Amino acid sequence: MKHSISAMLLGTALALGAAGGAAAQDKNVKIGVLTDNSGLYADLGGPGSTVAAQMAIEDSGLAAKGWKLDLISADHQNKPDIGSTIARQWIDVEKVDIFMDVLNSGVALAVNNIVKEKNSILIDTGAATSDLTNAQCSPNTIHWVYDTYMLANSTGQALVKAGGDTWYFLTADYAFGHALERDTAAVVVKSGGKVIGTVRHPLNTADFSSFLLQAQASKAKIVGMANAGGDTTNTIKQAAEFGIVAGGQKLAGLLLFITDVHALGLKVAQGLNFTETFYWDMNEGTRAFSKRFSERMKNKAMPSMVQAGVYSGLLHYFKALEAMGGNPHDGAKVVAKMKEMPTDDKLFGQGSIRADGRKLHPAYLFEVKKPEESKGPWDYYKLVGTTPADQAFRPLSESACPLVKK
Amino acid sequence: MQALYAQLLVGLINGSFYALLSLGLAVIFGMLNIINFAHGALYMMGAFVAYFLLNLGGINYWFALLLAPIIVGIFGMILERTMLKFLTGLDHLYGLLLTFGIALIVQGVFQNYFGSSGLPYAIPDQLRGGMNLGFMFLPIYRGWVVVFSLVVCLATWYLIEKTQLGAYLRAATENPTLVRAFGINVPRMITLTYGLGVGLAALAGVLSAPINQVRPLMGADLIIVVFAVVVIGGMGSIMGSIITGFALGVIEGLTKYFYPEASNTVVFVLMVLVLLVKPTGLTGRAA
Repeated sequence: MKHSISAMLLGTALALGAAGGAAAQDKNVKIGVLTDNSGLYADLGGPGSTVAAQMAIEDSGLAAKGWKLDLISADHQNKPDIGSTIARQWIDVEKVDIFMDVLNSGVALAVNNIVKEKNSILIDTGAATSDLTNAQCSPNTIHWVYDTYMLANSTGQALVKAGGDTWYFLTADYAFGHALERDTAAVVVKSGGKVIGTVRHPLNTADFSSFLLQAQASKAKIVGMANAGGDTTNTIKQAAEFGIVAGGQKLAGLLLFITDVHALGLKVAQGLNFTETFYWDMNEGTRAFSKRFSERMKNKAMPSMVQAGVYSGLLHYFKALEAMGGNPHDGAKVVAKMKEMPTDDKLFGQGSIRADGRKLHPAYLFEVKKPEESKGPWDYYKLVGTTPADQAFRPLSESACPLVKK
Repeated sequence: MQALYAQLLVGLINGSFYALLSLGLAVIFGMLNIINFAHGALYMMGAFVAYFLLNLGGINYWFALLLAPIIVGIFGMILERTMLKFLTGLDHLYGLLLTFGIALIVQGVFQNYFGSSGLPYAIPDQLRGGMNLGFMFLPIYRGWVVVFSLVVCLATWYLIEKTQLGAYLRAATENPTLVRAFGINVPRMITLTYGLGVGLAALAGVLSAPINQVRPLMGADLIIVVFAVVVIGGMGSIMGSIITGFALGVIEGLTKYFYPEASNTVVFVLMVLVLLVKPTGLTGRAA
């Protein structure tokens, strides 16, 4: 009895001590991966993003230094209302410090607002819309991997230069598709090309033949696919069937992921040009990470740039927290610290984060290999061009972000 | 005007899938009184079985067209024998919930192992290429889908409405006790009917494999539309489901041309209209 009372007293003392130090030295962090876990984007983000986050937690080595890192994940089903509800619950009830992945531009813009309102953190590695660092920019958000401006700039410019001066857009009818179409059309026009038509299809469409016939009838040299994931793979597959490419028109995948190429197979995907910021087979660092990642995936998939971004973004976040000596649970403060520090990791190399929340790194223009050029599974890309970090994204001079001082 | 012809034809192609799937649903509902929500998952299984046959067994598309419906049909019959059988005489809701649960489990298992972007399945060599019809470029494979599914639909209609076997079947749904008194094994007939409906779903799955990606969720996306088709055509009406299937494909195709943004809602708008005016569906009888 005596023994247990003293134990209780000791316990209380310890608890008090811990609470007293919490203000300066709180080392608890809760990470939330909010993504599409079951729908058409689940392969490019989804469970793989959670795996990447888990790897970042393990590789950070923070646990050994007394930090407690918790990870939760949820499925927003590509619906902004569901994403918003989860985000509010995560911040208010689960006390989540940072949101990772958040692919789907519609969901991302909704979560972006909540995160700002509640002073949390969003490192978006999945959504494409460049509005996240432009008109809708926030002191609590970093856009890590890519955006519609950069895709348009790299792929659009390269194709117009190669002679594709008339465009017809096949656009996914929501925030992302609209942003990608708008940014690409701007680049096309600026480079001397012309947009002669556009058709907007609902998200997650199985049959594209009607839309492809309209694109075919337009006689545009380039059919630009401003969609993603399953929508893009179905478009490409059916375009082959309707003889779009055989008829002399060229397909432009404005946003393609390695998981899409894998799903299509090289026979169908060969020759496509598109832009990404990460490929598993770039150097020693990317190969080592990707091999470890793939071993932990059920279908042994290599990481997409979205999943790689989760790993890289979290590592940088942990570095900032370590530099601050604890977790202040103050989103804007941590993001400011992250912007101060240069970024450096094995996946995206050296880079930086701009005042508007845009993470800068080079953009790579890839071409899909022919089946006979591929040496094995997942050996899919040839590098055909690199845009340096300082030119890849929207210049600050064109920015509408209020955080940018002019 | 040329564009319009092309859209009509494309609509007819999609209509073939609607017709095949809603036909299976109508057969199952008509004979078993079960609203088979697992239909989409079974359609997906048909496509996956075709994929496995080709990639693991080297069995080509033509044999898959025969084998996949049989394999998935047997799977369906096992479902009927082990689970659905016990729901005879209960409210429709039980069958709907059970089959919906089965669909979620089957899709979940496939998604767990194959991800969501799916697997490629090539068009068979004999059906590659296309014809220039003047107003459009028609891929030969798409033409084949329309013709083949039309034949299958009509054959099924003939089997159920015009043959001796079909007559037994229809009689068994009206009064199973009486038909059993004539020495006909009614439970076995019901199991076989479910197998037939499931086989039709699997057949549609094989037909769609070369057009769409073979994806775990391919059926989930389609099944809701197909249910709307069945409701519009009238639950349990064989010919009604075939005709509405093709007709709605065409209407949807036209919407994709005139107002693409509404193309995935037009079927449901029609469903609401039909339910308001004629709740039993266009060709349905009052229960």
